[in-house]
Amino acid sequence: MTLKLGLPSKGRLMEKAFDWFSGRGIEMRRSGNDREYAAEAGTAGLTVMLMSAGEIPRELAAGRIHLGVTGSDLVRDRIPAWDQAVEELAELGFGFADLVIAVPAAWVDVETLDDLDAAAADFRSGHGHRLRIATKYHRLVRDFLREAGVADYRLVDSQGATEATVRHLTAEAIADITSTGETLRANHLKPLTDGLIHRSQAVLFRARGAIWGDAERAELERLKGVLGI
Amino acid sequence: MTQKSRIREEAEGFARAFAEAGAVPVETDLLLEAGPFLDLYGEDIRARAYTTTDPDRGELMLRPDFTLPVVRQHLSNGRGAARYCYLGEVFRMPPTGSGRPREYLQVGYELFSEGDAAAADAEVFALFHGLLSPLGLAPVTGDMGVLLAAVESLSTTPRRKRALRRHLWRPRRFRTLFDRFAGRTEASAPRRALVAALKARGAEALMAEAGPEIGLRTAADVRARLDILAADAAEPPIPQAQAEVLDAILSLRETLPNAYAALSDMSVDLPGIGPAVTGIGRRMAALEARGLDPASLAFEASYGRTSMEYYDGFVFGFVAPGRPDLPPVATGGRYDALTRRIGGVEAPAVGGVIRPEIALELREGPT
Repeated sequence: MTLKLGLPSKGRLMEKAFDWFSGRGIEMRRSGNDREYAAEAGTAGLTVMLMSAGEIPRELAAGRIHLGVTGSDLVRDRIPAWDQAVEELAELGFGFADLVIAVPAAWVDVETLDDLDAAAADFRSGHGHRLRIATKYHRLVRDFLREAGVADYRLVDSQGATEATVRHLTAEAIADITSTGETLRANHLKPLTDGLIHRSQAVLFRARGAIWGDAERAELERLKGVLGI
Repeated sequence: MTQKSRIREEAEGFARAFAEAGAVPVETDLLLEAGPFLDLYGEDIRARAYTTTDPDRGELMLRPDFTLPVVRQHLSNGRGAARYCYLGEVFRMPPTGSGRPREYLQVGYELFSEGDAAAADAEVFALFHGLLSPLGLAPVTGDMGVLLAAVESLSTTPRRKRALRRHLWRPRRFRTLFDRFAGRTEASAPRRALVAALKARGAEALMAEAGPEIGLRTAADVRARLDILAADAAEPPIPQAQAEVLDAILSLRETLPNAYAALSDMSVDLPGIGPAVTGIGRRMAALEARGLDPASLAFEASYGRTSMEYYDGFVFGFVAPGRPDLPPVATGGRYDALTRRIGGVEAPAVGGVIRPEIALELREGPT
């Protein structure tokens, strides 16, 4: 019996995840050659599977991995009723990013969601279509705007360079992650004062739907002891 | 017989009764263009409906309701007075883990009539009331027209009224706006700061330093709204007496005759609701003429505010007493403005739908 642990397969997220486990007494290292997506843990009972951070939520939801490290934003957006499918075991303290709604800085009249809603109504009657918000976080943004009572908008999909969509006239506003606000400012956008949808960071998740027999549960308890969580 | 065919049989019974009442059976596609639904319900419908994409026709939805396609058919078929009935599946994405069905039958009746609105309302309601009477349901009625008229008759700017009207179907948002317009809460801190800056430095200066104009929303759009915000900040609050009447209307729950009496009293303070209240009186008379006792009907002025976005007059529902776990067996109402919104023409209409599987469950117990 081993527990399957999904970790991000590349970049800073992978390195920081490795560091987090290593710093708590479970050595993680790449194995095979440089380009091979393989890694092993310095403890028995844990099989490391490197995969795209964006796919880890799906694998967790399906219960094909027992544990996984990925951004809390991705889990909330990709898994319907996420808290029924996964449990947050530990916040890892890196990969911080805020999912925010941002509008052109030139919109002096729009500072809050209330303004966005009113501007959207005017925009629809003046321009003949709903105000478009570009994002890849469809579920999170839609739920947030419904709670806030914002109407007359439409979500348009943007999988990258979302900050550029306003300049390219494919959206009027955006909802995207930002850590320092630098990219927003460089693209002449500003976040709404009450437009923070989610404060994301890397989290170690447990899949509730994976196979959790006595042996798996015992191994998880042992791991939690070693990791101090 | 399988459960599904028994539900269909139950539905066919209702459909036959609708046809006997003079309705023409109509069919609609199951795969419908998504655009009109998105325009009507907004982005939220995507969380409730199943969407797919067709290479030629673009985004499509599995029929989330019948009213919209039936109205579109009516408008393209030359209009005039008409009675339609239909029977078929609708598809709704239930909340995750709720166990509610994703597809179920609806059987419905829609009456398009330029004539006496009270008589048309009573015809549809009495038809549903008669068909459902063996099930021992509790009927609830309401009238969105009273709320719309109340908002319309407030002493405030057209823009504030428009904002309230637009959010009538989002009660929390409506309350926030109303409390602010009535002077019960302050404007937000960012708004107060903006208005102060506008006063001190002027719109031009603020816009000049804000950044370049990007996107389709123009500097003129921004400027126009800044002027509106400056003017709105100087606007007096909605008079307290009017605000209290609106509060009283929103929380009104009574028998129909008592509600009518209460609303008649309120129309002294808010005369604008008078015609809508008179309409309730006429509807009571029309219901009585069809043998229904108004005192046996409940009236909730806020009924229909969370679920029935296109109704703008009479609304009704039939619910199973003591079964809060079940959705209403039937719902319906008047939607005069819908045809103007989607077809640009007036075609007053009232209609409703029955959920046959709920009716069957009540008739025979869970199966």
